[in-house]
Amino acid sequence: MKTFQKIISTIVPLPIENVDTDQIIPARFLKATTREGFGKNLFRDWRYEHDDENKPKKDFVLNNPLFKGEILAAEKNFGCGSSREHAAWALADYGFRVVVSSFFADIFRNNALNNFILPVTVSESFLGQVFDEVQRNPKTEIEVDLPKQTIKILSTGASEQFEINLYKKECLINGYDDIDYLLNLKDKIEEYEGTR
Amino acid sequence: MILEENNMSKTLLDKIWDGHVVYSKPGYPDVLYIDAHFIHEVTSPQAFDGLRERNIPVFRIKQTHATADHNVPTLNQHLPIREELSRRQVEMLTKNCKDFGIELYGLGHPFNGIVHIIGPELGITLPGMTIVCGDSHTSTHGAFGTIAFGIGTSQVEQVLATQCTLQYKPKRMKIEINGKLRKGVVSKDIILYIISQISSSGATGYFVEYAGESIRNLSMEARMTICNMSIEMGARGGLIAPDETTFNYIKGREFAPKGNDWDEALAYWKTLYSDKDAVFDKVLQFDAADIEPMITYGTNPGMGMGITKRIPSLSEVEGHDRKSFRKALDYMALEDGISLLGKPIDYVFIGSCTNSRIEDLRMVASFVKGKKKADNVQVWIVPGSKQVEKQAREEGIQAIFEAAGFQLRGPGCSACLGMNEDKIPAGKYCVSTSNRNFEGRQGPNARTFLTSPLTAAAAAITGKITDVREYL
Ligand code: SF4
Repeated sequence: MKTFQKIISTIVPLPIENVDTDQIIPARFLKATTREGFGKNLFRDWRYEHDDENKPKKDFVLNNPLFKGEILAAEKNFGCGSSREHAAWALADYGFRVVVSSFFADIFRNNALNNFILPVTVSESFLGQVFDEVQRNPKTEIEVDLPKQTIKILSTGASEQFEINLYKKECLINGYDDIDYLLNLKDKIEEYEGTR
Repeated sequence: MILEENNMSKTLLDKIWDGHVVYSKPGYPDVLYIDAHFIHEVTSPQAFDGLRERNIPVFRIKQTHATADHNVPTLNQHLPIREELSRRQVEMLTKNCKDFGIELYGLGHPFNGIVHIIGPELGITLPGMTIVCGDSHTSTHGAFGTIAFGIGTSQVEQVLATQCTLQYKPKRMKIEINGKLRKGVVSKDIILYIISQISSSGATGYFVEYAGESIRNLSMEARMTICNMSIEMGARGGLIAPDETTFNYIKGREFAPKGNDWDEALAYWKTLYSDKDAVFDKVLQFDAADIEPMITYGTNPGMGMGITKRIPSLSEVEGHDRKSFRKALDYMALEDGISLLGKPIDYVFIGSCTNSRIEDLRMVASFVKGKKKADNVQVWIVPGSKQVEKQAREEGIQAIFEAAGFQLRGPGCSACLGMNEDKIPAGKYCVSTSNRNFEGRQGPNARTFLTSPLTAAAAAITGKITDVREYL
């Protein structure tokens, strides 16, 4: 069972705004009928020249051996566009467990949470510090503590609180699924149907 | 206390939402009951697998409606799908629908088409409903005064299993547009204009109600175009209070209520409006007279402008946004500060759940009648559904297109997202009536200009970006 408590990891910086889910996973890779294997096509068109895996684009961060980790940091409005949950699957399959941004699109946020990826919304200035630190030292580590709802840059000690709703927090910490919650309410659902 | 609540003025969103809450608990999301659930081949296979793993059936089969649209070819639809993975996904949908007892409007079925086109067309989409689909443009159905929004595949599974989804109530925004639309300006221009004003994230966290005289004067199909693109400004969804236009559109459709049921439904629908003193979290107002035919120049739908305007110059863009602005223009191979008028283009795509209804096709046909497309462009017209295709043939629209050198294809999502063979080649420019100009959306490295069907028709005839008003 997947759960989420606290992680400490280096960061992959993606200082781009409005990263839409078509970039995270282009439509032509949505044809799989399982949840696995999307990681290799994560950011496919930013990652490879002419759609060719033998031609990685050198300046794209996933191809830069300096930057690794379970935390992706991106500029505002991350995950806008298509509702494809494949975007969350691709991030998870690649190995990301946290995405840090100053602003998330609604549907993506939900999809991420349903796949035990934690979207952490921080202030613009904190995000700026994260990018600066990781530029200065790619080994910079970040601690994300879900029970305490804090994110901290370990080298500088700078930290911030982040928001998450109580329900989702419990789900992540305990490994619960929305569907379990809903299935337990079946009687209430049928009762509701009876009143209409 | 209860009395007081009942007396409180409510927005349309609140009225519908509150009537669909099965259960709620402080700090927890509402358990929202879903009246109609649409599914398609791309976002449902993993959800059905989930049901199989748990060994549970689909809870309300009759409230689940399936179509194949994203992957389907738009030529030779009677033949097996050539592309193997697409074929497999469509076959999987067929199998899942069969195994779980869901009616499927698959390829070749007279009701087949893009999910957001067929719901309204068949009278499945009705005022006051809650509707979801594993697709962000589910917001389209909001034009009928429904709460309709896109969900991810995990949520598709939840709805299949329980007919409910867990949701926090969004904030309410009202966007009012008053005044008369100018010549050559249609509903697509209204929504592209709004998004250009508030940006592609300007309504994130909100559910938008569109109101005002300019909206009231629109046909149902034009209203759907507006609600469709709500998601492109980040909104959870968009809705419009139903009125006589709505009721007239629904009456007599395949699955619309009939006889006594109709009268009862109508009485309820007439209660669906925001109360006079209902409070919105945010209100925006626009004047229709300020709107020109619109075009996008960048790689998100917020990067749009009036067709006679110039792309902002780099120095006008705020420091922080400059990098993404630069990146977008590089992708589009456009210079900053220029006008797009006269720019040669390669493709015109008229289709997608934004603009592929019969009125869109009529609009294009009436403009191109007696004209011919420019030699340098390929023009694809992809109707939203089998029924639209049929109607286009019967009304003589197909003949007009053929005489103009346009190709009328079979229904589907087509070049809106390039999951089937209809892709815009790398580096080519496409004037498109769809809803997203993201990098690679219409094919790897394809470059998209979003416009109305009318502006797209003008580009098809001249072979370049054109102010359609010069020809009206
Ligand atoms: S037409 Fe385009 S936007 Fe609409 S449902 Fe199909 S792919 Fe999505």
